[in-house]
Amino acid sequence: MRRRLLLLLPLVGFLLLAGFLYVGLSLDPFHRDSELLANEFPEFDLPTLEDPERRVDVSSLKGEVSLVNVWGEWCPTCKQEMPQLLDLAERGVRLVGINYKDTREKGLEFLQEFGNPFEFNIFDPDGDLGFELGVYGAPETFLVDRDGIIRYHHTGYITPDDVEQTILPEVKKWQ
Amino acid sequence: MAVISRSLAWLLLALMAGLANAAVEVREFDDPVLEQRYRELTSSLRCPKCENQAIDESNAPVSIDMRDRVYQLLQEGRADMEIRNHMAERFGDYVLYNPRLEGRTWLLWGLPGVLVILGAVLVMLIVRSRRQASARELSQEERARLDDLIKREGSE
Repeated sequence: MRRRLLLLLPLVGFLLLAGFLYVGLSLDPFHRDSELLANEFPEFDLPTLEDPERRVDVSSLKGEVSLVNVWGEWCPTCKQEMPQLLDLAERGVRLVGINYKDTREKGLEFLQEFGNPFEFNIFDPDGDLGFELGVYGAPETFLVDRDGIIRYHHTGYITPDDVEQTILPEVKKWQ
Repeated sequence: MAVISRSLAWLLLALMAGLANAAVEVREFDDPVLEQRYRELTSSLRCPKCENQAIDESNAPVSIDMRDRVYQLLQEGRADMEIRNHMAERFGDYVLYNPRLEGRTWLLWGLPGVLVILGAVLVMLIVRSRRQASARELSQEERARLDDLIKREGSE
């Protein structure tokens, strides 16, 4: 009898493997936690998009929970995302933009056309700050708490459902 | 024949054009060792935007930035390990084709070794039990059956 049971071992192994692979099928490879979660927002010293004379650094993100959105005029999904960001700003969330790998002209044009929910925009034409943040595509959104620690990271498009179900609760959690 | 060789030549040309397209920017290295390290690093770092492509064969903007950074860090005299860590700190372990050995990955690195040892033990046990089985003498009953079989064979 014990020998018989041993014969089932390969089947058990197969089922185990199949289980793992099945779970793997439904995982979204683009949903990875940012390496920077629970870390400080990286240091930077860059001008704003609105005013080349005004320079901002990481202290501009401290003191208040901020939602930092990485966008560019070249990014179609960023355009689709704007209504949700405007909605968030209207509901009292502080938004800061990073104008990523863009030109000043196009960036400003974008804000004029699609609205401007951002308190200010960090101008990052070379993508240096984006690199420090581990950004690999836009849009990406980071939630930074009042001490400048990254608490939440959203890759890609923020849907209206995401606003209600994840973004707003996360903002509340760290306020 | 001429048609075939001509079409083959075209095919080859098309393939080479594809390669030239995939081959990315040309880098200047004073030191061939540095160039070799650059090749190895860029082929062992995974593009975070693409699902399974090393940064040396991907044209995603982030891959281009990462190659630039690898080049820059190499010129600054950083070690390979430092450069890999530099990338992993920003883009996560996802970009390392060879995961680092740490608490989270010991199972990954250790499992093959454990399985080899387990297999060896299993083979040893099987061999030993077989040897014992063959060494055992036939019982009275078995001998009688064997004799019977031999006899029957002989009479046919």
